[in-house]
Amino acid sequence: MSLRMTGSQTVGPFFKIGFAWLYRADIGSTVRGGERVRVRGALYDGDGLPIPDAVIEIWQADTQGRYATCPDGQATADAELMGFGRVPTDAQGAYEFRTVKPGRVPHPSGQLQAPHLSVTVFMRGLLKPVHSRLYFPDEPSNATDPVLQAVPEARRPTLIAQKGPENVLEWDVRMQCVHGVQETVFFSF
Amino acid sequence: MKELQGYRKPFLNTQPEFLSPGYASTIKRAPTLAPIALEPSLSELTGPRFDPRQLGASSNDLTAGHKAEPIGERIWVSGRVLDDTGKPVSNTLVEIWQANAAGRYLHDGDQHNAPLDPNFTGTGQVFTDEHGDYRFRTVRPGAYPWRNHHNAWRPAHIHFSLFGPAWSTRLVTQMYFPNDPLLDFDPIFLAIADEQARKRMVSALDWETTEPEQALGFRFDIVLRGRVSTPFEQPQSSKELGR
Repeated sequence: MSLRMTGSQTVGPFFKIGFAWLYRADIGSTVRGGERVRVRGALYDGDGLPIPDAVIEIWQADTQGRYATCPDGQATADAELMGFGRVPTDAQGAYEFRTVKPGRVPHPSGQLQAPHLSVTVFMRGLLKPVHSRLYFPDEPSNATDPVLQAVPEARRPTLIAQKGPENVLEWDVRMQCVHGVQETVFFSF
Repeated sequence: MKELQGYRKPFLNTQPEFLSPGYASTIKRAPTLAPIALEPSLSELTGPRFDPRQLGASSNDLTAGHKAEPIGERIWVSGRVLDDTGKPVSNTLVEIWQANAAGRYLHDGDQHNAPLDPNFTGTGQVFTDEHGDYRFRTVRPGAYPWRNHHNAWRPAHIHFSLFGPAWSTRLVTQMYFPNDPLLDFDPIFLAIADEQARKRMVSALDWETTEPEQALGFRFDIVLRGRVSTPFEQPQSSKELGR
């Protein structure tokens, strides 16, 4: 049997009334151990203007690289870390969340991936979401990560957060290239 | 490690392009570079699962929870969530939000001067059952104006957000109502090129779920991406994956 997938439509400007009950800006608050991180940044449109009506969803593994839900009976993560986050952007297009740095997740190639967060972004003006990844700075395994390797070298920096003041990680999402600042890499899968 | 199957790609023209100039907001927000195809790993093949116990008692009845009944035509909305191989998607979260019967959202950003209804919030959540079925009670939302172009009006719609079993199966869509003349003029609806695919976003009047003397029933089935199968796939493992 083969059916056709339902068409995607925009979340529109008023998604808050449907999404706010599940806003979750502190992903790993109950986890013991691991490296705690604060991530913040902003989203920008093709004029370089901040995007105040977007929502970011995050999915990540635990500190051992295990996901909370797994197909094929593979290792199940630290039950304390569900691994899901959802944060809206504010009037300045900014977002912030806290989590625990994930471990390395296996890749079908047999390698281990570098620690990363899966990020999906919805907004008014997007008829379907964009999917990206946030990688960590000063992480030697970035050099061999099979997903980063598949991205043209010049564009890879758009996927790697930068260390800001107070040890905060900063990661902006740019929907389009503006004034020579690159468009963020988005993935399909 | 064991090879993992990804999810099926949507059929041609059944999904919108990012850039759809008739919907003006896409022009500055659509990515201009093609997405990079990524070989799916556990990062894309797992996804959050939520607990029905998180929901309040009346989360599937948008007409409840206030001092009185909201103004508007009461309706039941129901349907089945399947994947594109025809398998029901059971126990998955469905989030719903909508305007009230006058076409106004309970949101600070909604500047339409239609009245708010003190008895309507417009937010709900349901889980599909073991057969993939869901249903909720609400009022039929009103059409409302927007500033996309001169005299632009959105057809009445209900927003749906679904997770499915994996990060790859996430879907946000809108359910429309049958025979709405505004559909032919709505750039968001028309952003999907295939006419049959557009029609599948339009609910159908359903006598089976119509509650006599109470509420009309509308049926809206939703199809998420299904898993790529191989000739060697074992029925047992596919059963587990479909849970």
